[in-house]
Amino acid sequence: MSQAQTHSAFNSQLKKYYTFYTGGFIAFLIFLAIAEQMGMSRAMIGYVFLAATIGLYAGIGIMSRTAEVSEYYVAGRRVPAFFNGMATGADWMSAASFIGMAGTLYLSGFDGLAFVMGWTGGYCLVAFLLAPYLRKFGQFTIPDFLGERYGGNIIRSIGVIAAITCSFVYVVAQIYGVGLITSRFTGLEFGVGVYVGLAGILVCSMLGGMKAVTWTQVAQYIILIIAYLTPVVWLGIKHTGIPVPQVAYGPVLQKVGELEKKITADPKEIEVRNIFKDRAATANAGLKDPAKGFADGKAKLEKAVADAKAVDPVDAAKVAAAEKALAGYFKDEAAAKAQWNKDKGLAARAAPPRPHADPYPGKDEDARFTAKLNFLGIVFCMMFGTAALPHILMRYYTTPSVQQARVSVFWSLFFIFLLYFTAPCLAVLAKFDVYSNLVGSSFASLPVWAAAWAKVDPSLLNITDINKDGIVQLAEIVIGGDLIVLATPEIAGLPYVVSGLVAAGGLAAALSTADGLLLTIANALSHDLYYKMIDPQATTKTRVTISKALLVVVAGVAAYVTSLKPGDILFLVGAAFSLAASAFFPPLVLGVFWKRANKWGAIVGMLAGLSVCMYYMLRTYPFFTNMGVPKMDLWFGLNPISAGVFGLPVGLLTIFIVSLLTTPPDAKVQALVEHVRYPNLVGDTHVSQAT
Amino acid sequence: MQPSAKHQEYWRKNLVITAILLAIWFVVTFVEGWYARELNSMSFLGFPLGFYMSAQGSLAIYVAIIGVYAIYMKKLDKEYGVDEGDLE
Repeated sequence: MSQAQTHSAFNSQLKKYYTFYTGGFIAFLIFLAIAEQMGMSRAMIGYVFLAATIGLYAGIGIMSRTAEVSEYYVAGRRVPAFFNGMATGADWMSAASFIGMAGTLYLSGFDGLAFVMGWTGGYCLVAFLLAPYLRKFGQFTIPDFLGERYGGNIIRSIGVIAAITCSFVYVVAQIYGVGLITSRFTGLEFGVGVYVGLAGILVCSMLGGMKAVTWTQVAQYIILIIAYLTPVVWLGIKHTGIPVPQVAYGPVLQKVGELEKKITADPKEIEVRNIFKDRAATANAGLKDPAKGFADGKAKLEKAVADAKAVDPVDAAKVAAAEKALAGYFKDEAAAKAQWNKDKGLAARAAPPRPHADPYPGKDEDARFTAKLNFLGIVFCMMFGTAALPHILMRYYTTPSVQQARVSVFWSLFFIFLLYFTAPCLAVLAKFDVYSNLVGSSFASLPVWAAAWAKVDPSLLNITDINKDGIVQLAEIVIGGDLIVLATPEIAGLPYVVSGLVAAGGLAAALSTADGLLLTIANALSHDLYYKMIDPQATTKTRVTISKALLVVVAGVAAYVTSLKPGDILFLVGAAFSLAASAFFPPLVLGVFWKRANKWGAIVGMLAGLSVCMYYMLRTYPFFTNMGVPKMDLWFGLNPISAGVFGLPVGLLTIFIVSLLTTPPDAKVQALVEHVRYPNLVGDTHVSQAT
Repeated sequence: MQPSAKHQEYWRKNLVITAILLAIWFVVTFVEGWYARELNSMSFLGFPLGFYMSAQGSLAIYVAIIGVYAIYMKKLDKEYGVDEGDLE
């Protein structure tokens, strides 16, 4: 059989397997739905989902176990474009995309779309500037390309360090997601949840490396997309009557706009907002001079008691109320200070709702301009970061050919697009439900889903009757972003089995991304550091064994860091993108498109890009400045998450200048560049070292 | 080796299509983003246009131009004899 026939036979076999698998999964869902009707408990459904899906991933891992180098690192380079697309989709979409994205859009309206655009548009850069050329180069890791194109171990080491830094930051966020989901839906403790999930990740990637991870990721993609689309389509039919809410939610958005106007002008809403404004004002005044604030507050209440007693005839109820208020006053200055510190944040709740579709809100032209710059800055960093994250670029080494790599980027983005173009629609549909059904309902009879979630987790949904009128005002609701996706099945009135499905989808998203990232880290250490730099004579068996051992170590370290619950996950993820964009994008792209780019240019350029990016974050991000790093003003008002806006151009420019000042690369490198530019080059003089 | 004239022409054509598609990418991303407020005064399928582009329109265009690139390059590879033959 020719190679083409082998590939097409393999492809149709895969299609058969996965069609069968998808059918089986749907049958499993129907079976569970029936079991639920017959009285299966919610906790039981959670356990069944957890056990069935993790068991499934482990099973695929065991079936795909391998000790072959090329199978282990690049899945034998025979993953068809369509399936590599699905695997990349699962690899790409993390817990943050699956659970957090719609919530971010719900909370920040138009401005949240920066992430939607950035995390899809980046694939254009991957498609046009990197994927086909990396596939033609055809080795195992991204530092491989840097090492061979620019020569020497210095550039390879910088690549290894940069790859490990961004992947590690990112993997911590994923394991955090795994722990959160398993603990929420099974009642296990967060720490236990982390290790259960981790076991699933390890069985898969340790036994079969890239091969097992690829086939598991395809399975995970199918679960996560079914889980995401089912409740949204249902909710869409409910509100628009059309099963494609992604194009039909325009009228719903208009209604949301009208509700926003109504809520802004509603006297009861204004009353609640004013209560928050007063509390924030009191808090700020009190914090300025705590001793005086505490004494004044107390004096005011004492006076109220005296006044109530002074009226004739004495109204006993009024006196009792005033005395109760006095008794409830802070017991000392410290308690008052603690409360004021919390209360000063209430100023945010004193604002009317932001118009959802309105870009760049701000109090004046300057504020709006800064908001616009920050939006475009995030888009920029997310896009170039996408085109530079090693765990994604690595996936394009696994296709059978250059043309398949090009087609594969198309399928990757298509499968990612299915989720990302649904998220904005879900945010609007959920907002409509909250604004029209939850707002204005009475506290005695909240919608069922709201009552349930407010009880389960106050950090996700908190409703308090601030103005004591018994009716829910929008200003009285606090929503945590993750609620939107988690509660959608209940908002849509679907059975609990769909909630279990959504949790399984979130778990699939987190596990698949963690798999890809851990593999990237372990490969950078075992392949680039050990094999290429320490012991080039190592046998293939040793290399794979070392990689497997490292995987366990890295996973353990990552789980340990996660269990410390490090702060702001969103900033960490954003930082990973900015760092990747500054470090990798310039040397990779110039390496293909500019023959003159040389070793010293790349070394100095990568370091310059990284340094500028890190410098900006260190000097502006509160986490660091609070630790004593001297704070500086933002450049052009850009937030620290967009540090790549400065790092990337500096990196590009530095490579350009330093390359021109030093000697051009030799003929061997020139031949390599020619080699990667043509899918099949007759008379190619480059000798590939790939095994 | 020095690439032949034909090879150089292939590479030039690749650069041209890459530049054209990147220009489209730039317009639907950054130009669209810059003028989002202004675009919102227009309406599309009942949506404010600026919002719809950032939420869905630009995304669909990204998918489309990557598809165009894959198809165009396949043809170009064949035309210039640099395709991978069997492996596709």
